[in-house]
Amino acid sequence: MGARASHAAAVPGAERIRRETGFSQACLLRLHHRFQALDRNNKGYLSRVDLQQIGALAVNPLGDRIIDSFFPDGNHQLDFPGFVRVLAHFRPVDEEDPGVRDPKQPEPLNSRMNKLRFAFQLYDLDRDGKISRNEMLQVLRLMVGVQVTEEQLESIADRTVQEADEDGDGAVSFLEFTKSLEKMNIEQKMSIRILK
Amino acid sequence: MEGTELVTKVLSTWLTLVLGLILLPSAFGVSLGISEVYMKILVKTLEWATLRIEKGAPKESVLKSSASVGIIQRDESPMEKGLSGLRGRDFELSDVFYFSKKGLEAIVEDEVTQRFSSEELVSWNLLTRTNINFHYISPRLTMVWVLGVLIRYCVLLPLRVTLAFIGISLLVLGTTLVGQLPDSSLKTRLSEVVHLTCCRICVRALSGTIHYHNKQYRPQKGGICVANHTSPIDVLILTTDGCYAMVGQVHGGLMGVIQRAMVKACPHVWFERSEMKDRHLVTKRLKEHVADKKKLPILIFPEGTCINNTSVMMFKKGSFEIGGTIHPVAIKYNPQFGDAFWNSSKYNMVSYLLRVMTSWAIVCDVWYLPPMTREEGEDAVQFANRVKSAIAVQGGLTELPWDGSLKRAKVKDTFKEEQQKNYSKMIVGNGALNLDSD
Repeated sequence: MGARASHAAAVPGAERIRRETGFSQACLLRLHHRFQALDRNNKGYLSRVDLQQIGALAVNPLGDRIIDSFFPDGNHQLDFPGFVRVLAHFRPVDEEDPGVRDPKQPEPLNSRMNKLRFAFQLYDLDRDGKISRNEMLQVLRLMVGVQVTEEQLESIADRTVQEADEDGDGAVSFLEFTKSLEKMNIEQKMSIRILK
Repeated sequence: MEGTELVTKVLSTWLTLVLGLILLPSAFGVSLGISEVYMKILVKTLEWATLRIEKGAPKESVLKSSASVGIIQRDESPMEKGLSGLRGRDFELSDVFYFSKKGLEAIVEDEVTQRFSSEELVSWNLLTRTNINFHYISPRLTMVWVLGVLIRYCVLLPLRVTLAFIGISLLVLGTTLVGQLPDSSLKTRLSEVVHLTCCRICVRALSGTIHYHNKQYRPQKGGICVANHTSPIDVLILTTDGCYAMVGQVHGGLMGVIQRAMVKACPHVWFERSEMKDRHLVTKRLKEHVADKKKLPILIFPEGTCINNTSVMMFKKGSFEIGGTIHPVAIKYNPQFGDAFWNSSKYNMVSYLLRVMTSWAIVCDVWYLPPMTREEGEDAVQFANRVKSAIAVQGGLTELPWDGSLKRAKVKDTFKEEQQKNYSKMIVGNGALNLDSD
């Protein structure tokens, strides 16, 4: 990518990012190249437009939601650490024994819980910790476009909320979300392996 | 006084050498073999350099990957498998995983964005600009590199600039002069000679080595020549072997001068910027040109923009609606000797030309493919895709369905609708929806 020499030293704050995300030096370098390639005007940060211009992302039904997850709290600029932090959620789970982990350290970004949290916030637009029936409907609408009628969609949404809702408040909380997915192989479905 | 005399002497010997060794042979289409010798020396040096680098490189610095291998382990299974889908299964909370994974994969690596930056080389070719991961290996290699820099900037660059200057001035002068003549076969012959000579000079200005394959399929009069687009030099490469009528926008500046001069000698099709927007007008004029069997074949680049020569993107259907015979041509540059790709968002024309003139050489292969015509029941889009595949296969390029103008505009919603359709079929399709679960 590009004709610029980019060595590990050129990645700003590499050590800190490595500790935070667990990416290897080589992966970090690859992602930095990618960040620079996406940053069309060499601004040093990414804007929403930069991500929207990725063809394969723009045709993804959940493309806009995914882009939103990179710009939390109303930010409009995405710097490299922020970029890598989101991608770290999709790092394949390390194969070492998790029992060795120091409980005082923050949970690694690619843990099962954090992967589930990422998926949860794709649904939970208003960030209130619950997926309401409305929010479920909205995500469904994004995924099917105009192909399905409103009634069909509503019944799907109702059924899904009912199945997952345990305390009967008509919404799916994060705990209920994780419970309904406890048998799912999250580690495999939400992992992207970066080859060297 | 002695200083200026010396300078004039040097300059005049320089010019005579250039005239004798390069210009005259170009006019007659003869080659003296100097560039072949240069290329041989170059190839030997680069091979030696590659060996040194491979010997010196530590085993784990393996950030090289060829342009065709991706950096992500991809699961290319269709949507049904990815969603653990049996047809007609119901929506599940986990369906969002599939789309988010695909989306994140696209962010880390997508097929299109990488096509708009220069191809990464597998091994360094002693140019600073391609030095991405190659570290200091040995003093000998560094010396060769320094020698290379000196040769390229102090010997080759002035030579090439002189040649380019002469070539372009001759072109403008020659075509203006020929344009004064009345229309006759003599005029066509002369304009051909002028075009060919100047193109050959310009190609030498880039130290170009071009191999033409299958010359028997060279585009004929009254046809349309279609090729993949990597840089403005493509035009030069093709016109060295035959005369074409160009199609394009009228530019300002130097390009505009050249365009106006060329059109005097032989009928090219230049459009004003405003006319380009009117598709019918464009098609009409092209149809008229093609209908006249005595006119030169039109040269069109249906991708509409420069791609980095590792892939072929969507061919715009406009060129394929004109009718007539299409002569596809595949152009593949060898990136080892110099990068011909023009990244118009990064470099303007002048810095691009400078970069090209300080590379080692431009080496490329041109394949002429057998002519194709639109078949019964085939619409323009299908025809365009057929031609595109033929070119991609011949040139060894990847085929992509995306539109090259993606680098400037947003993608159409129709693609997104397809994905949505697929997904809806899965969760609703068979009518296996349980409506009585309330």
